[in-house]
Amino acid sequence: MSEQRMDWTSHPPHVHPDYKSTVLRGPTKPLIAIDHRLSELTGPVYGHDSVGPLDADLTKNGQRNGEPLGERIIVTGRVVDEDDRPQPDTLVEIWQANAAGRYIHEIDQHAAPIDPNFLGAGRCVTDGEGRYRYITIKPGAYPWKNHYNAWRPNHIHLSLFGPSFTSRLVTQMYFPGDPLLDLDPIFNAVPEAARERLISSFAIDVTEPEFALGYVFDIVLRGPQVTPAED
Amino acid sequence: MRRYQTPSQTVGPFFAYGLVPEQYGYRFTSIADHAVAAPATEGTHIRIIGQVLDGEATPIPDALLEFWQANAHGRYNHAADERQDNLLDPDFLGFGRTGTGTSADASFQIDTVKPGAVGEGQAPHINVVVLMRGMLTHAFTRIYFSDEEALNAVDPALANVPENRRATLIGKRDEASAGTYRFDIRMQGERETVFFDI
Ligand SMILES: [Fe+2]
Repeated sequence: MSEQRMDWTSHPPHVHPDYKSTVLRGPTKPLIAIDHRLSELTGPVYGHDSVGPLDADLTKNGQRNGEPLGERIIVTGRVVDEDDRPQPDTLVEIWQANAAGRYIHEIDQHAAPIDPNFLGAGRCVTDGEGRYRYITIKPGAYPWKNHYNAWRPNHIHLSLFGPSFTSRLVTQMYFPGDPLLDLDPIFNAVPEAARERLISSFAIDVTEPEFALGYVFDIVLRGPQVTPAED
Repeated sequence: MRRYQTPSQTVGPFFAYGLVPEQYGYRFTSIADHAVAAPATEGTHIRIIGQVLDGEATPIPDALLEFWQANAHGRYNHAADERQDNLLDPDFLGFGRTGTGTSADASFQIDTVKPGAVGEGQAPHINVVVLMRGMLTHAFTRIYFSDEEALNAVDPALANVPENRRATLIGKRDEASAGTYRFDIRMQGERETVFFDI
């Protein structure tokens, strides 16, 4: 049998009862460790040709008849592995609510306005130094039905493949100083020492005068520390 | 400098317009969909259908599944697969993605080619990532094939699985419908699907 591979000091457990829908959906039997072979050491690679010219500017890619409403922000950061090596040419996909806290998704029934000029989805590919950059609108907080008076903190969803199947990551980026963070069972499902890694930082040097506030969010993917099986 | 992994968070209920927009009818392009293989892709064309079921055996309508596989020759379209003896099919990436929210019974369906055996005694298989609202960290599983008994019997990953749980990883060929396999994913319960720690 191989050693444990997932870093459960960084990632939330499959079942976290405060987040109610994990109770019937999270696997409960022990995960089975397997050696790394090509199935784990390979993975889909989406390069620069998979991204359209407006895909990284969410203030433009959903426009129908004008500018989306809300606070324009720039979100940027580096994608690195655990040895701080930059991960170039890596796809970063994002999706989020609009400034009023409403998703364009049909099943979102929150009574906040849809913005006809905001889709809330984008993608970009990291540059040679592992850097990604988005222009978007700061997402609003929104209510959900997990418990009485439950509100999700402002957040942006992110999805990354990284270099192989083992580096797959889907996460959420939060904003500094949000009072809802302490109350959010999804954020608090993360082991305490790792939670701050999900909070972006405000950066005046990313902020552009007369245009948009800047936030930095670095993303650390699992590295290729495990050597393949020899047989 | 040592960096620490960014923690996983749930994909949530509203991933469709970002990750599988075309399937759900949103005005954004998809990078991948249920068609893992194109009609012209070399190999035996197959369809895999199934449902994702929760701990009460209720089909889950807001799951997202991702599929990654070798081509019909057993070769992965990735730089780490350097084997020259297996033919690369330049038109086949081997990745698919589908949500369970666009069919009445919350089923999924992928169209692909049966992967070849990758070698080293491994049985043909498709690697799967399972994400959904209510999952904080994604899970990994694999689809093997019921008509590959001899190779399944010696596959090194299946060998790590207790014998009484191996059936959860086998896509069952539908004898009534040529080229179709059934593969359900059970998140919990007596027949909980095996999820791998990779
Ligand atoms: Fe969300």
